[in-house]
Amino acid sequence: MLKKVTMAAAGLAIATTAVFAASHAAGPFDGPITARKAHMQLYTHNLGILGGMAKGAIDYDSEAASIAASNLATLSTFNQTSYWPQGSDSFENENSRALPDIWQNFPDVGKKGAALVEAATAMNAAAGVGLAELQAAMGAVGGACGACHKAYRKPL
Amino acid sequence: MKRLIWMAAGLALVGLGALFLTAPKQIDPAKLAGLEPDLMRGEQVFLAGGCASCHATPDATRETRLELAGGQAFVSDFGTFYAPNISSDTLVGIGSWTAFDLANALLHGSSPSKKHYFPVFPYTAYTHVDLQDVVSLFGYLQTLPAMATPSREHDVSFPFNIRASLGGWKLLFSNSDWVLPQAETPEIERGRYLVEGLTHCAECHTPRNFLGGLDKTKWLAGAPNPTGRGTVPNITPVALNWSDADVLAYFKTGFKPDFDTVGGLMAEVVENLAQLPDADLTAIVAYLRAIPSVESEKK
Repeated sequence: MLKKVTMAAAGLAIATTAVFAASHAAGPFDGPITARKAHMQLYTHNLGILGGMAKGAIDYDSEAASIAASNLATLSTFNQTSYWPQGSDSFENENSRALPDIWQNFPDVGKKGAALVEAATAMNAAAGVGLAELQAAMGAVGGACGACHKAYRKPL
Repeated sequence: MKRLIWMAAGLALVGLGALFLTAPKQIDPAKLAGLEPDLMRGEQVFLAGGCASCHATPDATRETRLELAGGQAFVSDFGTFYAPNISSDTLVGIGSWTAFDLANALLHGSSPSKKHYFPVFPYTAYTHVDLQDVVSLFGYLQTLPAMATPSREHDVSFPFNIRASLGGWKLLFSNSDWVLPQAETPEIERGRYLVEGLTHCAECHTPRNFLGGLDKTKWLAGAPNPTGRGTVPNITPVALNWSDADVLAYFKTGFKPDFDTVGGLMAEVVENLAQLPDADLTAIVAYLRAIPSVESEKK
């Protein structure tokens, strides 16, 4: 009887360890996936400043807006080639929402990236000028971010 | 024998009565007299109505969104529907229609040949659209390019493919009463016109019964996502915990309060909303704050 219980406990322990290991296994693409998520996080942080001012949650400050917009423009022009190795997609990696379509449509991905550069450049020119200018530039930035997410990010 | 004849006659009468009651309706054409299209307004109606979201081609880009050749598939429990060509082509589009035809389609879900449209076309909401807006939309649609792609037949199985039965469905689920009977301010009234009518938010944000009719006791309280993945959120006051400025920024830029971007089908909606005047967007927010709160169902 005791033996049976021990065996069962041992079995359970092994199973639990296996599940734990599977969920924490380091995937071959964890580096680049973490890097690109961090890059997105940097966008979010700077957008938070610009968007917060645009919607009146933060008082408009020309200098702070200029810095955030300059960061955004710099981020948009990063060369991200090494962030996106073949195989680092959402089908193969549970910690990624990057659809495999990305790797089938590089020209289009590039076009959408260029649209972000364009919108971020316009924001960089506008943000320090005045609140109305910043607000007017916000829509195009959102549109550029959303266009890529809509096409290439796995829905939750 | 005589009795049988009488019974048959009686049944036939009931049948005729039912067909009469459920026959496709039309507006009184006299109501269109004197209305002239305003093309700017027509474009706004087109955007608010989200026409291109369904009637643009499946592979449409931002540049080709006004080529309304149709073809997008809408999978439902009742079958697969394909959005028709509503371009200005006179043979396969609606180029030979009149404003009267468009009014009947939008307000009553009736085709020019007096057939019922399937309610995948949201005429249960468009029934609120005012005739000046219909006439303006009609004028605007005529300025859009003609596309030669014929509409694809719907793939709907028996018994849902019997269009005559849709008359009964309309009797049950379609009427022109407002869900929010009292609009306290002109802004809320404008928001009600948009949300309950043109922008047809309830089509996704309100749950449906087994026949596909909206459950108006849970108006805008969230529903299963029509894509089959996840849920469409509850946007009644108790659940919509974003500030007015947050909702407005979301409509205009697609950014959520955490600066992630709008996803799923709502991305299409925001593309349209972002082009509407600020006054319309704040009216939508005012309406959403005015409707009754409905608690979300526990999962």
